[in-house]
This record gives sequence, C-alpha cells and structure tokens, in this order.
Amino acid sequence: MKVKGFAHKYGSNVDTDVIIPARHLNTSDHTALAAHCMEDIDKAFVNKVKNGDIIVAEANFGCGSSREHAPIAIKASGVSCVIANTFARIFYRNSINIGLPIVECPEAVKDIKSGDIISVDFEKGIIANETSGNNFKILPLPEFIQEIVDAGGLLNRIKAK
Amino acid sequence: MTLSQKILAAKAGLKTVEPGQLIKARLDLMLANDITAPVSIKEFDKAGITAVDDKSKIALVMDHFTPNKDIKAAEQCSCVRQFARRFDIENFFDVGRMGIEHALLPEAGLVLPGDLVIGADSHTCTYGALGAFSTGVGSTDIAAAMATGEAWFKVPSAIKFVLKNKPAKNISGKDIILHIIGTIGVDGALCKSMEFFGGGLKYLGIDDRFTIANMAIEAGAKNGIFEADAITLEYIKGRSARKPQFFEADIDASYEAVYEIDLSALKPTVAFPHLPSNTRTTDEIGDIQIDQVIIGSCTNGHISDLRAAAAVLKGKRVNDRVRTIIIPATNRIYLDALKEGLIEIFINAGAVVSTPTCGPCLGGHMGILAAGERAVSTTNRNFVGRMGHPESEVYLASPYVAAMSAVAGKICG
Repeated sequence: MKVKGFAHKYGSNVDTDVIIPARHLNTSDHTALAAHCMEDIDKAFVNKVKNGDIIVAEANFGCGSSREHAPIAIKASGVSCVIANTFARIFYRNSINIGLPIVECPEAVKDIKSGDIISVDFEKGIIANETSGNNFKILPLPEFIQEIVDAGGLLNRIKAK
Repeated sequence: MTLSQKILAAKAGLKTVEPGQLIKARLDLMLANDITAPVSIKEFDKAGITAVDDKSKIALVMDHFTPNKDIKAAEQCSCVRQFARRFDIENFFDVGRMGIEHALLPEAGLVLPGDLVIGADSHTCTYGALGAFSTGVGSTDIAAAMATGEAWFKVPSAIKFVLKNKPAKNISGKDIILHIIGTIGVDGALCKSMEFFGGGLKYLGIDDRFTIANMAIEAGAKNGIFEADAITLEYIKGRSARKPQFFEADIDASYEAVYEIDLSALKPTVAFPHLPSNTRTTDEIGDIQIDQVIIGSCTNGHISDLRAAAAVLKGKRVNDRVRTIIIPATNRIYLDALKEGLIEIFINAGAVVSTPTCGPCLGGHMGILAAGERAVSTTNRNFVGRMGHPESEVYLASPYVAAMSAVAGKICG
C-alpha cells in the first residue's frame, strides 16, 4: 500500500478530546464525526484536509479517552496515515483495529513541516518527504499486528479464522 | 515477573511471559458504555456475528450522557438496550440501576482480585485497586471480545512506586496520583504497568486506591495495580459468589524504574490547564478566581470523597459566584451519603446534588463551562475543551481542595 498527501503538523500530547470533542460523541456516524475532526486544536482542519492527507505529530498522539471515534473521525475525514514520534496505547490499538495506518518515526516528524508533500510506501517501509527530498525508514509492524492490518481490521481477522 | 505479568501469564495459560510478548488471554469481564458500546454493536453486527461467547462476562453501563441529555444520546442508549435484550445480558445497567461504571462494577461485585478485565473506556484501569489487571481498549476490541471471550495483549514492562509513611493531613489518593503524574509526565508510563507497593498502603483506603489506579492512564500507563491485602478483602466481602485469585509480584521482578514517595511530605496538589501533569501544590498558587466546582466522577465520586467534601462544607456556604455540583458515583453511594447526612450538608451549603452521571467530566451535560470560565474539579482530565468551551479551564484537585475552593471562591487548600 502506498499513500500520498499534504502534511498537517501538530505538537505533543494531541489528546482525543481535541481530535473529537465529547460534545459530538452522541453519534457514531462516521461522516458526522469527521465534520468535527480536530475542531478544538485546529478549527480550519476540516476545511483544508484533502483525501490522502497525512497528520504528523510529536509525542503521545491520541492520549486520553478510549473513544474509537477519534481514529474513526480522522480516517473518515480522508486522512490516509498518521505519523508521530509516539502514540498513546489505546489510540494505537484502535487505529490498528479499524484499519487507520499509523507509523512511529521521530526522524520523519522532525523533518516534516505543515504543507509538505509526503508519501508513505508501507511495502518498502519508506516515508518520503517529497518537499524536502529526505527519505526515512519505517520499522516493520510485529507479525501479529500486520495480520490484523492485512485482514482489514480485527473483526475481519476473527471472521477469517 | 511483575504482579501484572503474573496475572497475564495465568490468563494466557502460560508459565511465564516477557515484556513485549504478544499474548491472547481469556477475559473475566468486558465492559462498554453508552458512548462506546454503540460502536462495538455496529462492528459486531457488521461482521455478521450472531452469538456472544459468555453473556455473564459482559457489562454495559449507561452512564456518560444519561439520563439522556438529548435525542441522539437517547438513541445511543436505545441501541445498547436493544442489544442487551437480544442477548439477555443481565449486567446491563440502565437509569435506576446505573452508576458511573468504574465505581458501579466493583460495588456490584463484578470485579475481583486476579481478574483480567478490558473496557471500552480508558479509566477501566481503576479496578487495579482491587488487584485485578484491567485496561482500557476500544470499541472494536470489545466487539471481538464479546464474540470470542478473549483479547490480545502486548505484555507490559512496569514501573514500581513505593509509597512510604502516613499521608499528611488532608492528603488523599488524588494528591498522590497527581504528584506522581507531575513527576513522570503524561507519557511517563506509556504502555507500561504502574505497580504500587510500600508501607504507606495500609493508610490508603479502597477509595484512595481506586483514585490512584483510575488515573494511571493519565500517565499513559496500560494499567495501575495494587496487591490485594486486608483492606481489599474487607471491600470485596459478600459482593460476589466467585472466588478471588491472589497474585504477588516475584521478589526478583524486574522494574524499569522505582520511585519512592514519602506520603507524609506531600502537599495538596492541583493540575493546572491543560494537562494532568501540569501540577502545583496549593502553597504555590496565587489568587485564581473560579466559577464552578465539580465533586464526583469515576475518580472521586466515592463515599469517602463525599465525606471529605462534607467535612469542609459542614456549616459553611459556598461562595456566591461558585456553582458547586456534587455527583455521587452510584445510587448506593448516594443513599449512603443521604443516610450519613452529607446530602443535607451539601444542599445547606448552597451546592446541588445530581443523580450519578459522568456528565460534566467530559463536557457532556450537568455543568458545562462557558468561554473564559474556570472550574476546580475532582475529575481526571483538564484537556482543552474537556468540560465545555475550548476557552474554559479545568483545574484537577482532591475533594478536599475542591470543597475549600468552593467556599473561598478561589483555588485553595
């Protein structure tokens, strides 16, 4: 799988309350959630995000609540991948389970600026910043996690077994 | 092995486990609430699953936006209610039976020492107070667990906290955990276990332990856990027909770090906006005027929390400018508080008392903040917009500090 898009860059500790504020959690409709994605950290996000774009952030992305609505809102807004220094554990788990590709790569995060054009080749394990011209290597996922991703999410994997 | 690793190994049917190892383990309980269960149910149905593995291990608690705050919230509860009826799930807690999940499920005897619990709520780590391994997951994990009775885990490494001596006056579990998060940071225990030991534990009642384990997630931890002792046994007595299982950390268990904390030296601690790690002690705070106080939540809505607040508010009036909202975490706690005369103290002091709900903690209902407003709250998160408008502010504190602040009209304790 290969994805490509513009980078939207944020700092550390982007929490699930700013990714999708709880006042919008009275629905689990994907499109309705996407309409408020990143609302309390970046009001302009929903208007500027395009299909394929990539969210880039520093440490502990997705900290806070277990709401799966957070990766759902990100995925449904068209984002193809999230790259961060580190992810909070429940967000990481949720993203794998719903099939939102996420990558930990501090070197890439350091290089990437908002608006850069980024491509990620998951087979080759490479993040390319096409704006700066720099390439970064991604560590492969553990085999068990890769199986979930390949199956298209946790429940598909369970059904397949 | 650490205490957490011991439980995971036993539930995975393995003699030993190593940090980083991926395991599949049998669950004793799985839970979801009115926000997370609808997503689980949608995934469960979408995958075409037609049976649950063991209905007695499923708990569904309608606590976040209940009693229903609006039509959409009502529809979410309706979706869960229909699912509970479809599979005849006894541990479905609707209005009247419900309380805040992490206070309710231990109270109902559904969690025991040695259990392995997952919940589609990040504060599921609360049950570590009883010596259970419990951790927050997402809705899809719960959908899968309802179908299979199992979940996958990456075995965590651990950080050890040795709590020493008797806590100073008015120091509660909340001050201890805020002090720890202030020390190690909001990702200081990322994906790890926080294990609590030491001679100071005998001074910490079960409610203080619930508060400490509850906020392990605010340091990024997978779980927080205490070894079961006499205080635990006293709490679980008569609550369940199931047998508890007692685990201990190995004497040579390996920890990534060890922190020794002298409880007698701690001061009342407040987390400033907008991170739980942004802590200061009350003696280093200037004049910060406040508009609202919340005493409640899965973190601090227990009976001992209400007693601490009542001890401050007895015979006093809250400041005219401070809306003071007190929310017992369960109906049992509400009733106990009523019998003890605490509710009368609160109302006479000018506070209001609400039916159990998570409500204001996550900006749902029952005490939302306007732009520019400040609240002192006994809840667990003070992120931007957590309790309402993105330009409002939440200061996290103990019930003692919250009640003192309600009277003074500014943060103090």
